Amino acid sequence: MTAALRELGTHLELKRADCILSWDVTFGELNVDVAPSNLVDFVDFLRSDSSCRFSTLVDITAVDYPERAKRFDVVYHFLSMYQNQRIRLRVSIREDDMVPSITDVHPSANWFEREVFDMFGILFTGHPDLRRILTDYGFRGYPLRKDFPTTGYTEVRYDEAEKRVVYEPVSLVQEYRQFDFMSPWEGADYILPGDEKQEAK
Amino acid sequence: MDGGKGFEDALTGEQKIRNFNINFGPQHPAAHGVLRMVLELDGEIVERCDPHIGLLHRGTEKLMESRTYLQNLPYFDRLDYVAPMNQEHAWCLAIEKLTGVEVPRRASLIRVLYSEIGRILNHLLNVTTQAMDVGALTPPLWGFEEREKLMIFYERACGARLHAAYFRPGGVHQDLPDALLDDIEAWSHTFPKVLDDIDGLLTENRIFKQRNCDIGVVNEEEILQYGFSGVMVRGSGLAWDLRRAQPYECYDEFEFQVPVGKNGDCYDRYLCRMEEMRQSISIIRQAIAKLRDCPGDVLARGKLTPPKRGDMKTSMESLIHHFKLYTEGFHVPAGEVYAAVEAPKGEFGVYLVADGTNKPYRSKIRAPGYLHLQAMDHVAKGHQLADVAAIIGTMDVVFGEIDR
Repeated sequence: MTAALRELGTHLELKRADCILSWDVTFGELNVDVAPSNLVDFVDFLRSDSSCRFSTLVDITAVDYPERAKRFDVVYHFLSMYQNQRIRLRVSIREDDMVPSITDVHPSANWFEREVFDMFGILFTGHPDLRRILTDYGFRGYPLRKDFPTTGYTEVRYDEAEKRVVYEPVSLVQEYRQFDFMSPWEGADYILPGDEKQEAK
Repeated sequence: MDGGKGFEDALTGEQKIRNFNINFGPQHPAAHGVLRMVLELDGEIVERCDPHIGLLHRGTEKLMESRTYLQNLPYFDRLDYVAPMNQEHAWCLAIEKLTGVEVPRRASLIRVLYSEIGRILNHLLNVTTQAMDVGALTPPLWGFEEREKLMIFYERACGARLHAAYFRPGGVHQDLPDALLDDIEAWSHTFPKVLDDIDGLLTENRIFKQRNCDIGVVNEEEILQYGFSGVMVRGSGLAWDLRRAQPYECYDEFEFQVPVGKNGDCYDRYLCRMEEMRQSISIIRQAIAKLRDCPGDVLARGKLTPPKRGDMKTSMESLIHHFKLYTEGFHVPAGEVYAAVEAPKGEFGVYLVADGTNKPYRSKIRAPGYLHLQAMDHVAKGHQLADVAAIIGTMDVVFGEIDR
């Protein structure tokens, strides 16, 4: 399996050296890093090339790495039912970058891109209908970004006096429980109580 | 829009017709959950349909980022609550792929057994409620009776009828007693009779055929464009089944057929589901026969799994291990994997990004129903309003997994 994927990776590198930034096979899966400007072209090539035929779009998602300059990874999974292989494309972008939409090549990308926009606030150029999809009507913020609190900012309840559902800021009765499991013996950088006096000296 | 192609002034008020917009759902028995669909109708013909989803959105993916791998497992039961264990399976496979843990053979067989029970649970619900959507009342009553028996098998294995949390990274939670295997086998001999009864009610039923034949036809081109999987693919004649094409667990040693349809309409998909249940029965029998020959442990003992109860009474290390496992959880090496299973509805996948800690950095759940429902606008266009219910039924949408 891995050998076949390596062969495929080499083939892609030979054919489309301009699109591929790097590729590797880890955990028996082929990962290819692509530049955003070449994305649509490369996806179209993957779909039509006879030795690839990645004609099924499996998934589009994103991963947020707030500490990186290129904050988001947009991740595409494709499947070839004919060659029985999978491939993963990764596109790294900055927070204010836009990604070209692949809805022209794969109509099924429509909702996936809407979801990525909804959850991460990444804009897709050329998307026919980039609305929010999963969150509430009138929702603000991008929930899957790492700086968005798990509790959110608003909560809803039915108000008996007003006879309608009202939105209010979240009030937590108890602090949201985030346990720290980092071991002090394995590189956790703790400031123990009293240590700050040492710093001040 | 008006009906009179440019001769507006000559028309009386009555003749000025415009398209009619209706809201289908969110509370509609045929919507299979909370689906709001804005339909634009020209008479009774659907011109456009815009599904509004997310009414059951619980933020599963966000919640998972702040919980340990083991605590995340029960969330998967709550995705597609019609066949809970199949979802857990994908999560376990993803973790096992990253950690490289080998599942003991007995656990693997139990997983196959319960995945197939899940498949029957799902198809029974789907086939019979689809019959209800098109006007039949008896099939769901008969089907739910069998589902009840299967739920009891779930309960006897793990203690819960629905939210099982039975598949664990590294195996399954507990071993099955022999009496349960006997009962499942006895059931597998009575169930084909029930299936034949449902078959007799529906397959040649005139109304059922009128409502399903040539409705919601999809061809190979559309399958690829809209990313269909599962029965939506097989109904159109493509023999694509992940259990066969990319075998996971120990499916490669089981004998089963992959039923395919010819016309790709609702009726063919119904026939596929009926035949898949029969194939599942055969897999269940094979799995039970194999399980009887294969005693042994059901958990890969190690960091991922708890120690034996007996060890905890005598060994301090085991006790510490148990405590650490259920408080801190296990750490998964950094990396990213995509693991997919052939869930009853199609390809259910988990994309897991681990950063070496005890919590997933990011996990994306890929639900088959999400893509199927997306194609609703395309498939339902030009059909009658009444067919919309049949198409939703055949796409097998469950909002637990679509909205996540």
